[in-house]
Amino acid sequence: MQIESPRVLANQLVTLFRQFLAVESVLSREEERRPYECDGLSVYRQLPLLVVLPETVAQVQRVLRICSEHNVPVVARGAGTGLSGGALPLADGVLLSLAKFNRILDIDLQNRCARVQPGVRNLAISEAVAAYNLYYAPDPSSQIACSIGGNVAENAGGVHCLKYGLTVHNILKLEIVTMEGERLTIGSDALDTPGFDLLALLTGSEGMLGVIVEVTVKLLPRPETVQVLLAAFDDVVKAGDAVGNIIAEGIIPAGLEMMDNPAIRAAEAFAQAGYPEDAAAILLCELDGCQQEVEVQVEQVKTVLQHCGATEVRVAASATEREKFWKGRKAAFPAVGRISPDYYCMDGTIPRHQLAKVLSGIAALSEEYSLPVANVFHAGDGNLHPLILFDASRPGELARTEEMGGRILDLCVAVGGTITGEHGVGIEKIEQMCHQFSSAELQQMHAVKAAFDPAGLLNPGKAVPTLHRCAEFGAMHVHHGEVPFPELERF
Amino acid sequence: MAEDVSNDLAAQVQQAFVEKQALYIAGSGSKLLLGRAVSAQSLAVKEHCGIVEYVPGELVITARAGTSLQELESVLAESGQMLPFEPPHLGEGATLGGTIACGLSGPRRPYAGAARDFTLGVKMINGQGEVLSFGGQVMKNVAGYDASRLMVGAQGTLGVLLAISLKVLPQPACEHTLAMEMDAATAIAMMTQLANIALPLTGACHLPATSEQAAQLWLRLSGAEEAVTAAVAFVKKQFQQRTQRAQLTYSEREKKKGDGQAGAFWRDLRERRLPFFIDTDAVWRLSLPAATPMFAEILPGACLLDWGGAQRWLKTGVSADVVQTAAQKMGGHATLFDRHGATLAPLSPALMKMHQQVKTAFDPGGILNPGRLYEGL
Repeated sequence: MQIESPRVLANQLVTLFRQFLAVESVLSREEERRPYECDGLSVYRQLPLLVVLPETVAQVQRVLRICSEHNVPVVARGAGTGLSGGALPLADGVLLSLAKFNRILDIDLQNRCARVQPGVRNLAISEAVAAYNLYYAPDPSSQIACSIGGNVAENAGGVHCLKYGLTVHNILKLEIVTMEGERLTIGSDALDTPGFDLLALLTGSEGMLGVIVEVTVKLLPRPETVQVLLAAFDDVVKAGDAVGNIIAEGIIPAGLEMMDNPAIRAAEAFAQAGYPEDAAAILLCELDGCQQEVEVQVEQVKTVLQHCGATEVRVAASATEREKFWKGRKAAFPAVGRISPDYYCMDGTIPRHQLAKVLSGIAALSEEYSLPVANVFHAGDGNLHPLILFDASRPGELARTEEMGGRILDLCVAVGGTITGEHGVGIEKIEQMCHQFSSAELQQMHAVKAAFDPAGLLNPGKAVPTLHRCAEFGAMHVHHGEVPFPELERF
Repeated sequence: MAEDVSNDLAAQVQQAFVEKQALYIAGSGSKLLLGRAVSAQSLAVKEHCGIVEYVPGELVITARAGTSLQELESVLAESGQMLPFEPPHLGEGATLGGTIACGLSGPRRPYAGAARDFTLGVKMINGQGEVLSFGGQVMKNVAGYDASRLMVGAQGTLGVLLAISLKVLPQPACEHTLAMEMDAATAIAMMTQLANIALPLTGACHLPATSEQAAQLWLRLSGAEEAVTAAVAFVKKQFQQRTQRAQLTYSEREKKKGDGQAGAFWRDLRERRLPFFIDTDAVWRLSLPAATPMFAEILPGACLLDWGGAQRWLKTGVSADVVQTAAQKMGGHATLFDRHGATLAPLSPALMKMHQQVKTAFDPGGILNPGRLYEGL
């Protein structure tokens, strides 16, 4: 095959795409492509060869067929808020934006589901059905901006996963287009489908198996009432034990969040949430359900917290106070961004009973590397976000931070956890995949990829490392508090 | 705990792969009729049993595939916990592996979630005899493709399950079952209305009329004492509003789950041994959007509604084609269960091709339970 220069290839593709796409839907000039060079993990940047913005499924199919014929890789992109570089473009690839697929197609109140296009924002779904007292449960922190297609691709979580599950638990059906341009329906409007559970396989597959062009989500009735408790502890281990004891009482809180002292102080300085700044840890516990049930559970949880040695327990007296309790937690990331020139966010999950061990391991690493760490923890489901504070302007400090981050994730794997709970592997944690999975397991994943995309053209190089190239490593790197999408809350 | 025979089983699969010998993965045999017959050499996995790890506060249990479901559930019950998807056993010896491989979920399914929803990770043998682990023992995990949930319902055609990690939940403090005479159309409207409100509903079933009794709607509410009490009062009011001749035929409050008559009813429903299921040669299972209206004109016959209307059991004389087409038109699918086994709804050619490619990815020699789900898969 003749090797064409990238520009020749680009021009050729532009001609082909413009046969069925409007001029403004095929972006080839550098300044037009620039906004697509990164997603929420902006430390990695790459200009795509071309950007296309189709608006019908038939157009997506034609784009993919043309790319298949010309052996051109494709990266699909939703809102670009992902934190692991899953939507990082390729220099020789087409960036396929689903931004124009932004319509809610159907709301079925009888069966409590909604059929939406992939570019619809997560929160827009809940807003559209709020009048019917329904909502879409998964609430990733970027929910005002992130798109449902991206949520499916990453199996997005949020702060209510323990009780309400992840994206995979809250969708019924997908329409996908394969790299070869074939449209498939995965799942159904019923609760199950015959054959393999491809719906589960596609969810969280990071755009490697197919392009999602339609999603049917489940809707839930809103709980009658919500209440939040805040508890302070003089020891993080006591706070960790309290989490286990609440659950041992038979209570499944809607949300259960923990912050350690550095995170508390940063959040308090930033958000003035009224947190006790001298506490070693605080727990936020959200309970929902019917009025009577929540009232009783609040008392039960209060007792558990006191037995576990809480130095203070507060119950939100009003909706305003409830929001205030949450405000500090939701501001934790930008708050840390203000006290340190840079920070580096990890996303491991651990079995909860290993919390004390992992936290002391992180403290030891923090000392060894002379880098402070603030810990923010989705305590209910074991998802830990250690934020390593560093200064990239000091020579060698980024490299040391990355090394330390890698060791934290190794620690999570060693205690039976995982390298990523909700941010995805993308390009960021590709090296850690080699630590968590054996060669045979990675080979099996490559075989799955090949079943959907034999030519390996869909988002190549992400999520699953090749066996001989387990080298790249990075993280969500925030310089001087300049987070991508600074307006978003980061949990 | 019994000996770990993973390597032994892997060696057998490896040899079968080399020799191109098809294998039938055999547990207790309780799920024999949930798929197509497989004629192949048997690979016995029942001996690979035992609970590997269980920390109640973690809400996670890991057990080997051969572990008896009964044993697993009683260990959970000792700590006041349960499998939230209420799996049907369909036989005394039911194993965890068979339950997960068949993706079986009981009456709680529409409200709590399915077997796949609670599966966190698996250890398995692929068709080349390699021992692999996917997922894990934590609730949030997005590292790599979700091959563990893919195993749920694949009936062993993609791998031999060795161990499974499941999310578990606390048992509800109390349960209350209500039954009331009403026709199917009214019951569907009622179940739909109730599911649209945040109620602690954990079961909703409609029994067709028989020569002995009128058609009935059965509802189960479970959770904290206060929540159940409030919900029962609310539901009773709805009953009265919906029909003038409010006739509550049954109401039983159980302190502990499954103790009394109501517990027996839900167990019999789950195990497919209510009178409806007895003395029948063939029964269809229709999986449909819950609020789908009744369809007696197209599909005449006795119909039992479970899962709030989303799972319907039908005894009908009409041809398989008619049932399949109707189910598909209504947005779902139909499976026929008879004395030969189960006949699944046909897949579209494109989807079948994708299934075959996924099958080949895990089992390139096509030796694991070949033909169990579909011919040629």
